[in-house]
Amino acid sequence: MTAPLRPADAGGAGAAASASAPAPSDPAPQPPASPWRLAWHRLRRQKAALVGLGIIVFFVLAALLAPVLTAISGKGPADIDKKAVNPYLGGLPKGSLGGMSPKHWLGVEPMLGRDIFARLLYGAQVSLLVAFSAALMITVIGVLLGITAGYFGGRIDSVISRFMDVMMSFPSLIFIIALLSVAQNANRILLLIVVMGVFSWPYIARVIRGQTMSLKHREYVEAARACGTSSARILFTEILPNLSGTIIVYVTLAIPGLIGAEAALTFLGVGVRPPTPSWGQMISDSVLYYKVDPMFFILPSACLFLIVLAFTLLGDALRDALDPKGRTA
Amino acid sequence: MTALLEVSGLEVEFRTAEGIVKAVKGVDFTVERGKTLGIVGESGSGKSVTSLAVMGLHRAASSTVTGSVKFEGTELIGAVPETVRKLRGRRMAMIFQDALTSLHPYFTIGDQIAEAYREHHGGSRKAALERAVEVLGDVGIPEPRRRVHEHPHQFSGGMRQRAMIALALSCEPDLIIADEPTTALDVTVQAQVLELLKKLQQERGLGVIMITHDLGVIARVADEVLVMYGGSAAEQAPVDTLFASPRHPYTRGLLDSLPRLDAAEGEALSSIPGSPPSLLNPPPGCAFHPRCPVYAAEKNPLCTGERPQLRLVAEGHRNACQLDGVTA
Amino acid sequence: MIGFLIRRLFGIAVTLLVICALTFTIFYLLPNDPAAQFCGKDCSTDHIELVRQQMGLSDPLYTQFARYVVGIFAGQTMGSGQYAVHCGFPCFGYSFQSAQPVWALMMDRLPASASLALGAAVLWLLLGLSAGVLSALRRNTWIDRTVMVGTIGVAALPVYFTAMILLYLVVTVLGWMPYPRYIAFSQDPVAWIRNLILPWITLALMYAAIYARMTRNSVIETMEEPYVRTARAKGMPERKVVGKHGLRPALTPVATMLGMDLGGLLAGALITESLFSLPGVGKLFADSLNKADQPVVMGITVLAAFFIVTSNLVVDLVYAWIDPRARIS
Repeated sequence: MTAPLRPADAGGAGAAASASAPAPSDPAPQPPASPWRLAWHRLRRQKAALVGLGIIVFFVLAALLAPVLTAISGKGPADIDKKAVNPYLGGLPKGSLGGMSPKHWLGVEPMLGRDIFARLLYGAQVSLLVAFSAALMITVIGVLLGITAGYFGGRIDSVISRFMDVMMSFPSLIFIIALLSVAQNANRILLLIVVMGVFSWPYIARVIRGQTMSLKHREYVEAARACGTSSARILFTEILPNLSGTIIVYVTLAIPGLIGAEAALTFLGVGVRPPTPSWGQMISDSVLYYKVDPMFFILPSACLFLIVLAFTLLGDALRDALDPKGRTA
Repeated sequence: MTALLEVSGLEVEFRTAEGIVKAVKGVDFTVERGKTLGIVGESGSGKSVTSLAVMGLHRAASSTVTGSVKFEGTELIGAVPETVRKLRGRRMAMIFQDALTSLHPYFTIGDQIAEAYREHHGGSRKAALERAVEVLGDVGIPEPRRRVHEHPHQFSGGMRQRAMIALALSCEPDLIIADEPTTALDVTVQAQVLELLKKLQQERGLGVIMITHDLGVIARVADEVLVMYGGSAAEQAPVDTLFASPRHPYTRGLLDSLPRLDAAEGEALSSIPGSPPSLLNPPPGCAFHPRCPVYAAEKNPLCTGERPQLRLVAEGHRNACQLDGVTA
Repeated sequence: MIGFLIRRLFGIAVTLLVICALTFTIFYLLPNDPAAQFCGKDCSTDHIELVRQQMGLSDPLYTQFARYVVGIFAGQTMGSGQYAVHCGFPCFGYSFQSAQPVWALMMDRLPASASLALGAAVLWLLLGLSAGVLSALRRNTWIDRTVMVGTIGVAALPVYFTAMILLYLVVTVLGWMPYPRYIAFSQDPVAWIRNLILPWITLALMYAAIYARMTRNSVIETMEEPYVRTARAKGMPERKVVGKHGLRPALTPVATMLGMDLGGLLAGALITESLFSLPGVGKLFADSLNKADQPVVMGITVLAAFFIVTSNLVVDLVYAWIDPRARIS
């Protein structure tokens, strides 16, 4: 799908369409523009990518500044405010729109009256922390094993490939749930990161392996090998830089899946545990109230929707920008 | 009698993300029955784009084709698409460069030939397969009756290209456009395929357009040669004249860069400096002037002025160089 | 071909065995004690030990595992003395909590899961393929842009959100149908459809969006292939160029993906099943987790892995059937 970023011919294959014009009077070809700059240039022209990036920055800032923002709003995520709910109506928030008021900017939860604004902010922390850490983990494992299998081939490749086949045949969702539910006393966030990482790396490893196999026969790699460059050096200075475009695209597109998975696992009651606030858990709690207190249900769902959408938009645009093939209008 | 194919003022533009690309800027040529026109040029010279335009194979959504293409007097540019489609494959057929990617991987060779035959001639599938066996035999594929049921990936490169030729011949067309038919083949196989094409052409009196970047191929099969550069015609002449007395500096450069048996020992092979022009931002005037040795020496303002057109410079010999006749 | 099949079946057997072993080991190592659970709250330590002995839980790991694997094919008698229960082929263990063999429990729930997965697959194929093909053939028109914007949004919708909105609109506001409950196809086909339509839509929407995008890309890529140009050059009408020469290869990767998704869904539609309280395998899994009924959890994990590896094999066979290049002579 995503072709590796090749510095030499980032201009594309179509004879008519490409033509990176060297100055006519200058017989020596100009150094081609840096592929990253080219990609950034193309990315900037896509409004969808900028929207996605904007939403991501917004949520990352919100998560990072959660303590500051809740200090301003005056309500922490665990503060119980019984005065904001109506005990005679089964603990529903007082006022319209789920109890939105100057005291509770986005309303309160039914029953306990905890502040939704604060819980969403701290929920974003958990969501993003888990997704980013798991993404980092699958990138490191996937790239290391993929590049090793692809570059060295032979027995190393068949061992790693068989391992990946087994991992991909695992009913990962079922297995993760079983694992999370029986491991009662572990640190939930750490456990989530590890299990999601352990079952997701083969997908990126497979892509990296395939691309490494085609890259290792490129002239510049063969040239480096002919010069007696060590394998490690070739891997890190010749092959890895050419995989970076693919890796970035892949990771960007993997993050929404990880965010969704964290929410799903928490929703099913095996992910993050109370009192740690999390979107999946808020959704799970709010499902009971979807008719009577729709705001409580809509807000965390909307956050989840927006962040997943944002990463997908950005990832798609990155793929277009970093993939010279998919460029023609 | 009208010519088999008459092309005049043909222009092709593509709309791309970077802007409009003028791939072909006004090309004229004629193909007679029983004759071969060779079109030679580097990649990006517009030779393949020209041939696809003749066949009406450019997507209307992203390209504009203007000018005139007359097949036996019938105008094809602006004609109803259905008219052109019925001519395609039936009266004019195309042989593509890479038979491995140009033949459908999912269908047998026989099915692919039979399908085209039935589209134009009707009849039963059995009769069409029989026809496929016949043309496969004609192009020298051994055991055609067995191989007709094989898939393209089961053929060797040379055999695949022969199958491609058989596909083109199956409906007995009058015009064959061969776009680099031998580039992907080994040298010995190349020669066989060219001989085959030449033989078939002579037997059946076909008009042929042979598109190539290889002057050796031109010398072998062409009667008339059109040299293209940067989307325009540079020079046109009968094959002997062109090789004996090239007049355009680009043609001379091409011929000089051929290895020669009679070259002095140690003499380096010459090459044309620089690279083909950008089609997006073509240089003003003659597209070749940035690389032209004559311009480099004389800096003649004619070269950067108007875009040159082919002019008759001798009997049957046309040249687009503005300086032809000026400096002689 | 036969040799290939035998090799693949052998590979599947090994993969399943590895998955079984991993799953078994992890459950064995976890601190849950099935004997204590079986025995109940007021069990004395001695009694637990007795139960443990009788259930064979004090044997070493490999003995227990061997017994499990052999039992799948040969059946086995679980426990001894007063607790002895026979469980015939295929024995995936015995749930002492519900006093039934795991296999019977799973088969009881499979129809609902299969109904959900297959119905949703039909729906998402219809939606996804038609939208994707249309979008590709009308590339860069408003239709294409609408489909692309729509799919990216729909793909980001959390299933909880889709399910709740559907329930709210169709059941609460419009009152078109009562709250869905599963009715077997054999019992009443019309009611089967009526009650499953909302779960189908919920599950299918996200897949439809993903399939539409994938189909579009695949069709666009294929229509640029030289062999499609050849079909045009030989004078085939556009209808056949697209339908026969373009779509067949374009849809091959879609078929591959469908196989894998279906294999994963038979036990993986957990959230949809739990949102609509469908009595499927996923629901059984969730319930068994809550009851800590480990034999069932273990059995479903193996069953899910079986579906995944089998569908991988089916995908390979179908692929070889469609694409002659993939046939092994």
